[in-house]
Amino acid sequence: MSRAKALLVSAATLVFARRRRPTLKPGERERIVVPEAPAGYDAELVAIWLFLASAACAIGFVVVYALDRLPAHTQLLGLALGLSLAFLAAGLVVMAKRLVPNEELEEDYPEQEHTAEQERIAQVVEESGLTRRRLLLGALGAAGGSLGLALLAPAASLGPAIHMARFYLTPWRRGTRLVDEQNRPLRADEIEEKNFYTAFAEGADKERLPSSLVVVRLRRDQLDLPPGNAGFDADGIVAYSKICTHAGCAIALYRAPLFEPTDPKPALVCPCHYSTFDPSSGGTVTFGPAGRKLTMLPLEIDPKGFLRARGNFDEPVGPSWWGVRLKGPTT
Amino acid sequence: MRRLVLIAVLALVAVPLGRAGVTQGKQLYGEYCVACHGANGMGANGGETGFGPGRSERVQERLGPPLRGVGALAADFYLRTGYMPLRESGKQPRRSRLLLSEPQIDALVAYVASLGQGPKVPTPRPERGSLSDGQRLFTDHCAGCHQVVAEGGYLSGGVAPPLEEATSTQIAEAIRIGPYIMPRFSTRDLSPQEVNSIVRYVQWAKHPDDRGGWAIGHLGPVPEGLVTWFLAATTLVAVCILLGKRLRHE
Repeated sequence: MSRAKALLVSAATLVFARRRRPTLKPGERERIVVPEAPAGYDAELVAIWLFLASAACAIGFVVVYALDRLPAHTQLLGLALGLSLAFLAAGLVVMAKRLVPNEELEEDYPEQEHTAEQERIAQVVEESGLTRRRLLLGALGAAGGSLGLALLAPAASLGPAIHMARFYLTPWRRGTRLVDEQNRPLRADEIEEKNFYTAFAEGADKERLPSSLVVVRLRRDQLDLPPGNAGFDADGIVAYSKICTHAGCAIALYRAPLFEPTDPKPALVCPCHYSTFDPSSGGTVTFGPAGRKLTMLPLEIDPKGFLRARGNFDEPVGPSWWGVRLKGPTT
Repeated sequence: MRRLVLIAVLALVAVPLGRAGVTQGKQLYGEYCVACHGANGMGANGGETGFGPGRSERVQERLGPPLRGVGALAADFYLRTGYMPLRESGKQPRRSRLLLSEPQIDALVAYVASLGQGPKVPTPRPERGSLSDGQRLFTDHCAGCHQVVAEGGYLSGGVAPPLEEATSTQIAEAIRIGPYIMPRFSTRDLSPQEVNSIVRYVQWAKHPDDRGGWAIGHLGPVPEGLVTWFLAATTLVAVCILLGKRLRHE
């Protein structure tokens, strides 16, 4: 207890009780004056001209600002303001280097005043065991430890640890209609080959990650869905989550070959890091940094010809994290 | 009566003239296109061999798509951009020097159009479009690959060409065709009026009014940041060093 108290006292002494240097009275000590700059040109005149030039440019800025519709208006504004600041800086430099006297002062340490008290403090510090070495090592340890903690902290972004359920929630269930941005239900016969469409769950918040889809039509003979996705297409129309499984950008590019034997295969591409997914094989990754396939939604065509979901996604939607495959998507 | 005769005479003259174009086009087709696109635009199918200009003697399968029903639109686009005749089959067609003269292209377009019912060459009216609508539509539909001021870009498996040399007609045509790996847009996706707006925006984007001055290739924040760091920051550091220099004792 007394040790802790002693520690506190000594730390406080270190921080607050250090004696400040007394201010020097004029003429008290010898002054060493750096000699003035060599004479030979009129520094005052140069500085004055520079300041005037700066003022002129600043007024020029106001004038240019008032005269709208000049050609290269922005550039003239920038030039006027820039030159004004440059002249001002140059004038200040001339003033500081040539006109203001520059002197170096020197003083000795003053006599110790309260010798007895100082000795007492030295004794307290010694008894507390707070040696210079220990204090240094302690401070170094605190810096190192905190830095390590700071470096480890972003690991929390590898994924949620506690409330994961909401990441598996989607607005899709059997029978949910697909609508476009204007809430118009999508008809199967409107979906053309070599084109791509953005669709949303009817009645859902369009801003939510699992709401949005990218819909394309492929020829049936192009489709090569894996067993897990068998029957997910509706007459060649396939729907995938529009959210890239890498970093959660929107899949905004569709590689639609005009002439397939020579052109590359159809692919859904994310513009952020060029993750490329194959829509004909259930959204498998063919290129880029995405770590898992694009999430696919099973479709069906209702008797009126509208596109509807035939269930939920095959995998959780959105960017991947450590626990993304722990559960399946829920409604 | 007189008018009827005049029309009849004009028709008699016009039909052979049109025919002449088609006949010349057929000849040119035999010269430049038949190796890949097959006789009468039927397409060259697997197993058939082809020896065409610019290609080695190896046998290539499924060389070119059939041209029946592509119409004047596609022929006009591919020939006037220099995409066709393709120098090497299996490569992405790129804009290049025109091999054919203007009348030759006209004849070939007429011939391809005569192969089957297909879309005509569109006539976009950019002056009727709206620049701001065009920017919005271009950002939504095109900028992902072609970059926001149409400087072009790369994607896996192909190149999205810059649109600096694209004419208004070519832009309107490409939207409907979807050349190479570009998706195509029907009139339901982009109405002719929306195409007018997009064309107007692309024409504007060839020479955007650079309010900031130095455009640095219109490539966006990365080169701008590089210029700031390498030029401006270096200058500022140099100025600081100069300022900090002390006067030496004499």
